[in-house]
Amino acid sequence: MDHLEQLESQSVYIFREAFARIDRLAMLWSLGKDSNVMIWLARKAFFGRVPFPVMHIDTQKKFPEMYAFRDRYVKEWELNFIREECPPVEATDPSLPPAARSAARKTLGLRDALAKHKFNGIIAGIRRDEESVRAKERYFSPRGDTGAWDFRDQPPEFWDHFNTDLPPGTHLRVHPLLHWTELDIWRYIEREDIPVVDLYFSKGGKRYRSLGDQDITSPIVSDAKTLAEIIAELESTTAPERAGRAMDRETEDAFERLRAAGYM
Amino acid sequence: MEQSSVSVSSQSPVVRGMREQLRIVIVGHVDHGKSTLVGRLFNDTGSLPDGKLDAIKAMCERRGMPFEWAFLMDAFQSERDQGITIDTAQIWFKTQKRDYVIIDAPGHREFVKNMITGASSAEAALMLIDAGHGVQQQSRLHGYLLNLLGIRQIAVVVNKMDMVDYSADRFAQIRQTYIDFLAKVGVAPDFVIPVSAREGDNIVDRSTSMPWYEGPTVVEALDSFRPSPRPTDLPLRMPVQDVYKFDDRRILAGRVESGRIVVGERLQFSPSNKTARVASIEIWNSKVPLLEARAGQSVGITLDEQIFVERGEIASREQERPIETNVFRGRLFWLGRDPLQVGASYRLKLNTREVPVTVQAIERLYDADDLSAQESNEVPRHGIADVILRSRAMLAVDEGRNLQRTGRFALSDGVNILAGGLIDMDGYPDQRDTMTVRSSNIFRVEHRIEAPARALRNGHRGGVLWLTGLSGAGKSTIGMALEQELFRRGYHAYVLDGDNVRYGLNANLGFSPDDRAENIRRVGEVAALFADAGMIVVTAFISPYRADRQRARDAAKGNFHEIYIAADIATCEQRDPKGLYKKARSGEIPEFTGISAPYEEPEAAELVVDTRDLSVEKSLDSILEYIDRHFSIAPRRNGG
Repeated sequence: MDHLEQLESQSVYIFREAFARIDRLAMLWSLGKDSNVMIWLARKAFFGRVPFPVMHIDTQKKFPEMYAFRDRYVKEWELNFIREECPPVEATDPSLPPAARSAARKTLGLRDALAKHKFNGIIAGIRRDEESVRAKERYFSPRGDTGAWDFRDQPPEFWDHFNTDLPPGTHLRVHPLLHWTELDIWRYIEREDIPVVDLYFSKGGKRYRSLGDQDITSPIVSDAKTLAEIIAELESTTAPERAGRAMDRETEDAFERLRAAGYM
Repeated sequence: MEQSSVSVSSQSPVVRGMREQLRIVIVGHVDHGKSTLVGRLFNDTGSLPDGKLDAIKAMCERRGMPFEWAFLMDAFQSERDQGITIDTAQIWFKTQKRDYVIIDAPGHREFVKNMITGASSAEAALMLIDAGHGVQQQSRLHGYLLNLLGIRQIAVVVNKMDMVDYSADRFAQIRQTYIDFLAKVGVAPDFVIPVSAREGDNIVDRSTSMPWYEGPTVVEALDSFRPSPRPTDLPLRMPVQDVYKFDDRRILAGRVESGRIVVGERLQFSPSNKTARVASIEIWNSKVPLLEARAGQSVGITLDEQIFVERGEIASREQERPIETNVFRGRLFWLGRDPLQVGASYRLKLNTREVPVTVQAIERLYDADDLSAQESNEVPRHGIADVILRSRAMLAVDEGRNLQRTGRFALSDGVNILAGGLIDMDGYPDQRDTMTVRSSNIFRVEHRIEAPARALRNGHRGGVLWLTGLSGAGKSTIGMALEQELFRRGYHAYVLDGDNVRYGLNANLGFSPDDRAENIRRVGEVAALFADAGMIVVTAFISPYRADRQRARDAAKGNFHEIYIAADIATCEQRDPKGLYKKARSGEIPEFTGISAPYEEPEAAELVVDTRDLSVEKSLDSILEYIDRHFSIAPRRNGG
């Protein structure tokens, strides 16, 4: 098995555990590269279909290309698709810095969607290498009813025994991509020929390396117009992936506070 | 050894997708300098992302502290404040040879569960010891845990050599002490390396302050380790993770933990002992059909026969089967807040199987300091012990020393994982064959008490009340209410319930037609014994087949009363108290009575209770009236 096959096998195993053990399960789809890979891996795990709802928590501030992409692949991949809207920014914690408040809308949107659909398991495409706070996550991460994450007292997780039995009123975040890196994601997209939004490819000397809301995401300088060029670029860069995400660096602990409050 | 050449990542000679990756964990006592070592490894190999070093410098200045490498790892505010790593973090760095994932595991005693979480996935370990403080409690505990976790490639790194004037004598002393200890627990480190992480001695660059040391640097030692080989050549083990019926295929999903699965080969499933051939290996979006799957692959297979196999069964080849037992010794580490106690029950997790187990005995508890064996009735938090675990259900296990992945287990309290350990079957037999032994040379002996004498003593006759009907018709509800009311009225009564006997008497049976028949046969025999002993036994089983009920009737020799709890399928499906119809409709439960398997109505039941129209109370009344009429030998019981 090569490196990508090992990553894939582990993700498939996690998907199947989640499906076997969690009765009301849904997957988040942010329309970005990682969650596209995630859908692909779910189809691998379940032989071509995604046997649970795929949910887009819509800030309504994504790029038009992303919405077009979504509408096309909901059909093509035959997804059981759910779209939920986020509450306005006024509903978020006013003590957070501006971009973080904007991002916090998604947390509230997710919280509302969980309550509405009574999901007790949510699959999210975060990776350990994205951000140092995410590096501490478990594959199966229990959350209280508010979605809060108690990183100080996380249950042990070893030998692929996951904590899937929950007290009532709590839910699980499941992270099947936790062990992947940004470079792994692109190599896998290339190997499997997985579709992604065009914004990732360079136009006029710039491309998006990470896609969020239009107003808090900025492109990087890049000439990478193909998958091979993106991979070559990432192999040599030392700039962090989320450099274009404003909310991560407004203050030292902004992202940590977002995560502790239930951000993905 | 190769020259310690480490590239800055911008120039690494990458062959795309081909670079090898090794997962390493850094363990050791708290404050022995792990985070500093990691910071140094990162910086000296040129693996730091842009701006990270400056960010840490800025942060230290804001706090008015000297520059601290450890902050690189400590992403959390709370950790920076406490100055200790509380959870496992993972970061990536690269040498010329390959990529590394570093798992930084906390050394603080309170966080052993996080150390285990991190270390359990590592292929090699760096064990850090402070040259000033020497070997400490956590150095010993972590050494022992690495062995339990199955990590065999270990480099001991004696840090802070600058604080002991780079003394060769001090190094030699620590080296000997720790090697002696590790030898006792069966660990032989590959290297012992003197370093100063703070000063960068022997991390990437060879130290000029310790010319007496001729071994490898830390990076050279790491580069000499090998990725864990996949156990492809060991016996086949594939625990069934799930069974999918999304379309006309019935796919058993699972990961090959060892060995290989070959299309056409006959598989045996344990503990059910069913066999079938592999018809195909299913894979989505592959251009070529897969004829073989190897250790590490998550696959799906179809079989040539429709045998009933469920999550938790282990597929093997017929010649190389796992051990079947309901008792084993586990060498475990205990993470529960409350101590593990003799007599306590936990949930055993064996790959994808989960069953209740009870602690039969604690054979020995290992002392945290010198790991000497002690006697104890409990295992405290973070303790290591050999315990005997017993389950009611038959288990399929392997020896931990032979097959790592199917020879280990975890315990949970139903919510959180409390322990992990290796299975050791020394002194316990494989019970597979005893289950199929047929007795001969049996002779009936006569009781000296006759049935009327028992009836006189009890005030009522014994007999079997056999409730039959669809799932959801109300058998269990009526059965239990009946038992309670009979008890109140002075009858000796007991309910044999379908779900309950499957935990014990019939724990080894599934839901195939064969197993269902055997299930009913055993219940019929047990009910007959109860009746013979003078009791009123109420059975609550779907028991869909007339032939099976007839056999139960024969066993009870005239003391058999068939009571049809009648309710049509629509009513039952609407009630669906256990959510089973829903699962049956979605295909999750195959061969479900009334949906995908037949129910044969009684032709001549002694009593028919139609629960569509009658409340539980009314249903009960009609049965109680029947019992008073047929079983009581007293005039009328009080309260009745």
